[in-house]
Amino acid sequence: MEFAFTQEQEMIRDTAAAFLAEVSGSEAVRRAMASEQGYESELWSRICTEMVWQAIHIPESCGGMGLGYVELVAMMEQMGRYLLCAPFLSTVCLAGNALRVAGSEAQQAHWLGQLCAGSLTATVAFNGGSSHWDAQAITATWRREGDGYVLNGDYRYVIDGHTADLLVVAARDAGSSGAQGISLFLLPATTSGVSRQWLPSMDQTRKQAAVQLDNVSLGAHALMGEAGLGWESLSKVLDLATIALAAEQVGGCQQLLDMTVAYTGARVQFNRTIASYQAVKHKAADMMLQTEVARSAVYYAACVAQEALEGGPLAGELSEAASVAKSYCSDAYFAIAGEALQLFGGVGFTWEYDVHLYFKRAKSSEHLLGNATQHRERLARALLD
Amino acid sequence: MKLSFSPADEQFRQEVAKWLRDNLTGEFAKLKYRGGPGDEHTFPEERKVWEQKLAAGGWTCVGWPREYGGRGCSIEQQVIFFEEYARAGAPGRVGHIGEGLTGPTLIAFGTDEQKTKYLPGIVAGTQLWCQGYSEPSAGSDLANVKTKARFDEVRGKWIINGQKVWTSLAHESDYCFVLARTDPDSAAHKGLGFFLIAMDQPGVEVRPIVQITGTSEFNEVFFDDAQCDAGDIVGAPGDGWKVAMGLLGFERGVSTLGQQMQFQNELDEVVRQARRNGAAQDPTIRQRIARAHAELKIMRYNSMRMLSGQSGSDGALHKEALIYKLFWATWHRSLGELAMDVLGPECEILAGGGYYELSRLQSMYLFVRADTIYGGTNEIQRNIIAERGLGMPKEPRGAAK
Repeated sequence: MEFAFTQEQEMIRDTAAAFLAEVSGSEAVRRAMASEQGYESELWSRICTEMVWQAIHIPESCGGMGLGYVELVAMMEQMGRYLLCAPFLSTVCLAGNALRVAGSEAQQAHWLGQLCAGSLTATVAFNGGSSHWDAQAITATWRREGDGYVLNGDYRYVIDGHTADLLVVAARDAGSSGAQGISLFLLPATTSGVSRQWLPSMDQTRKQAAVQLDNVSLGAHALMGEAGLGWESLSKVLDLATIALAAEQVGGCQQLLDMTVAYTGARVQFNRTIASYQAVKHKAADMMLQTEVARSAVYYAACVAQEALEGGPLAGELSEAASVAKSYCSDAYFAIAGEALQLFGGVGFTWEYDVHLYFKRAKSSEHLLGNATQHRERLARALLD
Repeated sequence: MKLSFSPADEQFRQEVAKWLRDNLTGEFAKLKYRGGPGDEHTFPEERKVWEQKLAAGGWTCVGWPREYGGRGCSIEQQVIFFEEYARAGAPGRVGHIGEGLTGPTLIAFGTDEQKTKYLPGIVAGTQLWCQGYSEPSAGSDLANVKTKARFDEVRGKWIINGQKVWTSLAHESDYCFVLARTDPDSAAHKGLGFFLIAMDQPGVEVRPIVQITGTSEFNEVFFDDAQCDAGDIVGAPGDGWKVAMGLLGFERGVSTLGQQMQFQNELDEVVRQARRNGAAQDPTIRQRIARAHAELKIMRYNSMRMLSGQSGSDGALHKEALIYKLFWATWHRSLGELAMDVLGPECEILAGGGYYELSRLQSMYLFVRADTIYGGTNEIQRNIIAERGLGMPKEPRGAAK
């Protein structure tokens, strides 16, 4: 048993941290978040060509680096720490995982190849506007027409949905309910009948969009897996993405803690640094506890995710590990962001200091892919019903 | 990262489980799930016999080196032993203080004579130990020990006077290790000694403390000219604080996973009760049970991090280890509250009529209030985390003389 990063994994993490410290400082984040696109094309291009992060956990046979989910999570943690504005969660953790889990060999060769080459951004659209991020949230419909399919319906909260080149969309057989009748399709964003709008959001560091499908016609090759049996795959994809998102939340927790310790150690009132007051120290101690507990949850979930993709005895724990991690990390990140804002005092309330960027990211991340209450209810169903 | 145990370790797990299955039967069957924290007053004599049964099977002191009578188990095997022990519902150990604290302390700091005199009795399960640290005025401020040790040149013995408190198992123990002041003019952590004192002598009196549970695991121990052989001080006079702090270091780590297995047994009971009485359909209770479940899972992962060499390589506790006490104690306290809220008004009713007949969950609910107090209160833990984990300024203290 060795529940620790290997030297190689530590190196990957440290390289990511050093790169992000250089390219994703406060000014860069603020520049990117002010645009509708939400990221700077030049930086994304550097990430794809110099760092090759988009290919990290894609198998070598599809043009990827062939590393594991633990490596991906180690990097996600750093991206969360530096609030990286890039279409990584959407392209790699949502669409990339969808292609890995549900794509045919031909679909993987075509789309993952482009994704790894850095010439494609992508996302997953499935939620029709529900606060629940499960099968019930899928309201768009599909029907057969000739050899192909026709899709209709609306999606909200689609991460980078207004900029992605490729959409992986979920739709249901009209009249079906729950997990039944769901199919996944690969939909180039330029397909006729697709319209997309940016949804400006309080958290400006991650962009969301609405997508409408109006009698969109797709050929048979666009279907992923078997028609009507898509939920099992989508559920796995969402669990994998949820674990990556939780890792990003841990990075945010750590950064807020570091910022708070530094600020309270410098701020003097009553001739003492405010860090010397027990009321402040005890809040900081609770922030560290939550950060470390969140980290333990995420590292374990990363190992589970790895086995869910590549096989192993832990594969069956995927949904539980995702819910354990997301429920704890969501609560921890928002609680820590709130305490950080409090301990920064008045300046924490300003636009100038970065605390509000994390405070806003914490809330948007909490609600993305299911909030803590929903993930606990999923655990409760397995335990109590 | 690799989370699985090796085939050899899994075979060891089978061996432990089989021994417990074969031996926790007959006269010992009634000890299942008994004698843990909050329940230590039950079956003391039977549990002493069980301790010797364990010893005969080679299952005491499994982590000690073989040269001192231990089993020389690896960290993984110790984890497995404690997990299987708790999973089987085997009773609270009466020998755990000797095995977990006295023994490792003597192995690290003791003389050959002390090792020869005391270690075999601990391994055999025939000599039980208790811990004499806290005093009425030395709680969180442990260094404020007032108990005095004076060397009597004529008798060639140390003479001990003072009072210890919160001494668990004192009434069952053969020996007590005691932190006492060897330099009467000293203060704080200077001028202390670490003594090994026989309990069965005229100068030692044990008085049970009746606790919130109505039962008495903890005691007061009074030393009134109690005697201690010249050879029974560990380290030199004045080294007591160093030895005591070294001992606290032995408390970290491997037994935590066994403790969590006990927590799992308790949570399973809460889930059983919730399903039985319909509380499992209450949305608020569902959230709280799911939270308890999730956090217990993470507690296990956190311990795996602690044990995987991320802690302690440089002698310092890493962050996941620094937060562990605050995390588990607070979790356990919440579990007690959840258990009562699951039971509803029925939680009040004493089925046996009196406090000696508390149900397992009632007893747990009351006893867990101690968890956030002993072994460093939550408030002290937060100071330690902030100061050692985050490098924030230390609390002001009185100077040592």
